[in-house]
Amino acid sequence: MQQAAALNASSGSRSKFRPGDPIFAALSRASGIFVLLLLGSLILSLFVGGIPAFRHFGLGFLFSTTWDPVKEIFGAGVSIYGTVMTAVLSMILAVPLAFGIAFYLTELAPAWLKRPVGIAVELLAAVPSIIYGMWGFFVIVPLMSQYVEPTLIDLFDGVPVLEDLFAGPPFGTGIFTAALILTVMVVPFIAATMRDVFETVPPVFKESAYGLGCTTWEVMRSIVAPYTRTSVIGGIMLGFGRALGETMAVTFVIGNSAHISASLFSSGNTIASIVALEFPESPAGSLKLSSLLALGFILFVISFIVLAISRTLLRPKLKV
Amino acid sequence: MKFALAAVAIGLAGFTVAAQAQSITGAGSTFAAPIYGKWGEAAATAVGIQLNYQAVGSGAGINQINNRTVDFGASDMPVKAEALAEHKLMQFPTVIGGVDVIINLPGIKANELKLTGPLLADIYLGKITKWNDKAIAEVNPGLKLPSTAIATVHRADGSGTTFVFTDYLSMQSAEWKEKVGASTSVSWPNGAGAKGSDGVAATVRQIPGGIGYNESAYAEQNHLTTTMMRNADGKFVAPTMEAFAASAANADWSKVQNFAIDLNDQKGAESWPIESATFVLLPTDPKDEKQSAAVKKFFDWGFTHGNDIAAKLLYIPLPAKVQDAVRTAWKAVPGGM
Repeated sequence: MQQAAALNASSGSRSKFRPGDPIFAALSRASGIFVLLLLGSLILSLFVGGIPAFRHFGLGFLFSTTWDPVKEIFGAGVSIYGTVMTAVLSMILAVPLAFGIAFYLTELAPAWLKRPVGIAVELLAAVPSIIYGMWGFFVIVPLMSQYVEPTLIDLFDGVPVLEDLFAGPPFGTGIFTAALILTVMVVPFIAATMRDVFETVPPVFKESAYGLGCTTWEVMRSIVAPYTRTSVIGGIMLGFGRALGETMAVTFVIGNSAHISASLFSSGNTIASIVALEFPESPAGSLKLSSLLALGFILFVISFIVLAISRTLLRPKLKV
Repeated sequence: MKFALAAVAIGLAGFTVAAQAQSITGAGSTFAAPIYGKWGEAAATAVGIQLNYQAVGSGAGINQINNRTVDFGASDMPVKAEALAEHKLMQFPTVIGGVDVIINLPGIKANELKLTGPLLADIYLGKITKWNDKAIAEVNPGLKLPSTAIATVHRADGSGTTFVFTDYLSMQSAEWKEKVGASTSVSWPNGAGAKGSDGVAATVRQIPGGIGYNESAYAEQNHLTTTMMRNADGKFVAPTMEAFAASAANADWSKVQNFAIDLNDQKGAESWPIESATFVLLPTDPKDEKQSAAVKKFFDWGFTHGNDIAAKLLYIPLPAKVQDAVRTAWKAVPGGM
């Protein structure tokens, strides 16, 4: 009897108006809209700021490889090339490495080693990019200019295609070194994502495969990889996005010159690095400042394209 | 980067000293930041003016004074007369700094190698590519030059130092003037770009055969291998304080408007050919005359009592008659001293 009364009382209070719910709903809706507004205003302000440059140089802005602040002729070609080239190169190097780390951690590593290596990967992801930049400049660049680049240049001398890819004076800085630093920076992201999703594979799947006599590699290839494919692609795209927008570390090691050359050892620049370097000396209202804002807008568009591609790659999974 | 750190440290130290002193704000030149920082520290106790200086770069400093968000702007590149008139600004120099050429040639010590302006331009244009080129050997009789390839290094970030250097090259080579020109950042024909003075110094040190340029104060403090340069009188001089001062003294300041003098390639047997003054911009229609008066008082103190501090930081003080001319010019700005 008493219990029933208590139940009644509690259900009665539940039906009463509770102000917390609509307030929470409104707040969370506002947060969602805030993100849209923020993104929209960012893109808009970059675009509006870039209009004078787009108008002055037209579509040629995208392809022109001239960046001449004295004659006020600006083009985005070198920076777009550098941005895409360093990011793609770093992905070519980072994805197999990250896969190896994740595979080792989930399948091969003895239990006592899993934690230290796992924590080391996560710590690497937390290192600020300026630290990678300084380490790259003071440690990697001298190594590259004294040992790695002269060796590679001599090794491939006379081999078609490769002799053009690895040519030029061994400055140590350049597209290749920038891609190496980016690789070190994105590997932890991709490896950590891959490890986490590899561990979501239900043990019963893997055990059944092992029961059928599969080797570790066959289990990886036929069970784990297909099961986690979409999440792995998501992790890779996360790393790619970071590589595209990385600023400080790249600025230190890319050599910063406005030329495109076939050689991977030649200096170049990226959108993020040229904006960081030129911004302080760009007077308000100048064509240079407008060109830098236009570059920012282009970087936004490139990131958007990458995101869109990763979304389409993820789609089949969403239907299931 | 060292300059910026020093400026921050000095700024923090100064902050604790005089809390109720009159405070002025300035922004711009990173090149002048160390001296303004030191002057600010000393002036806070001496005349009770607290300077809050942001080393954001000359371009950003000009933007800020155009928008009147600071009491004065600071630029390494003199502002054109039309721009001064448009934004109602007056301009005056504060201190002078030299630019050194630095090299990395194993076996060659500081100030052993002699270079000329046209040679330097040809090197940066990529026309001279080996250190044992005939043209370099001609001015360096008796010096054993290696056959190492020349690797030119330049500032990748926009910088007043680059302006001084490229302005000098434009004077020395018609081809440079036409193809590249002079600005805080230019379209370099070849070589590697490095970020900041420390970046240029480190890159040159890392590449045998490297050549670069740096503010003399930075080159001196870090014991970089400098070169001698041929000046307008045809004499080879080493980058010393005396040579910088000689160049500033030999310049004819009376002929230029708004003190927008080019100190590159001045006459005189002792003169160092690559150097420049750094400038301050002050509104002629100040929002608050008291603030402008304090700015003038601050730099007046710097001119009168700050020369030793400047010399210690390896800046060259303005010649006395130029300082007096600046004081006269200040009359154009409302607010007494």
